[in-house]
Amino acid sequence: MLQHSRPSGEFLAGEFFAGMRAIFPLVVAVLPIGLVFGAVAATKGLSPLETTLMSALVFAGGSQFVAMDIWTHPASWIGIGFAALLVNIRHVLMSASIGTKMQSFSGVKRYIAMLFLADELWAMAEFRAGAARLTPAWYAGIVTPFYLTWVGSSLMGALLGAFLGDPAVIGLDFAFPAVFIVLVMGFWKGPETGAVLAASGAASVAVHHFVPGVWYIAAGALAGLATALWQSRVREQAA
Amino acid sequence: MTLDLNTFLAIFAMAVATVFTRVSGLVLIRHVEMNERRRTAIEAIPPAVLMAVIAPTAFAAGWAETLACAVTAIAARRLPMLVSVVIGVATVALLRAVGL
Repeated sequence: MLQHSRPSGEFLAGEFFAGMRAIFPLVVAVLPIGLVFGAVAATKGLSPLETTLMSALVFAGGSQFVAMDIWTHPASWIGIGFAALLVNIRHVLMSASIGTKMQSFSGVKRYIAMLFLADELWAMAEFRAGAARLTPAWYAGIVTPFYLTWVGSSLMGALLGAFLGDPAVIGLDFAFPAVFIVLVMGFWKGPETGAVLAASGAASVAVHHFVPGVWYIAAGALAGLATALWQSRVREQAA
Repeated sequence: MTLDLNTFLAIFAMAVATVFTRVSGLVLIRHVEMNERRRTAIEAIPPAVLMAVIAPTAFAAGWAETLACAVTAIAARRLPMLVSVVIGVATVALLRAVGL
């Protein structure tokens, strides 16, 4: 391929549409979750405007559901803000990891990209970076439809409210775990990955069982990291 | 269409906390020297975080979820993502319908 000083418009459009194609299954999966979030927010007394604003500004489903769980009237910004910090602390690891794969991004674009670092988008971007060069146009292609669907479906859920049924009946709540399993399989690099997965899974299940709240995600992630570090130390000593 | 001040402050606090977590990883890797061990750790982040998120669903939510996770994982070895996800969702819906 010829090296251009600036990527052509055709190349950018191609990358953007490739991103949109890649994220399509997750857009379908996030739609019912957004509807449910909007409906739950309505039962907590949030207006459609407030619900939409939260989805647009926070854009992190897990922490938004947790906020609804602990919502009070009047809302306590310290409690809600601290809960969001805890639930989203995994983003620090995610952002550190994907940040090392953004060579095609300018400094400013890296920071803009990070503002939209939801679990699903991050996982897709990691997967892409393993197979091809991660470009800003491709990233914009996965962010745009996903973000608009999340915000739009939250608004729709807030307006429709209690008319919505339970998505668990048709198994749609399982769409995200299923996507994550497919992605985990893609990160498999041999027995060493197996050890990381086993440590993360065991710590996550144990903490989930004994500690209320969302500590299990941080516990599992750190257990997996510790295992990887321990493996690299053993390798160094053997060498 | 109302916007309560306390509600807005809570939403704003959530947004600030979330942006902080999203940007701080990037700031961290800019100021920390990369070596072999840190690279190993960063490479382990994606599987470690994903597994931590799904483990309670996969191992502690019930037989329907555990079996559907196994089916999805097997499907993912051969089939494209969308097909594997549809198979997983259909499996969990079916198993729940039969009361598992």
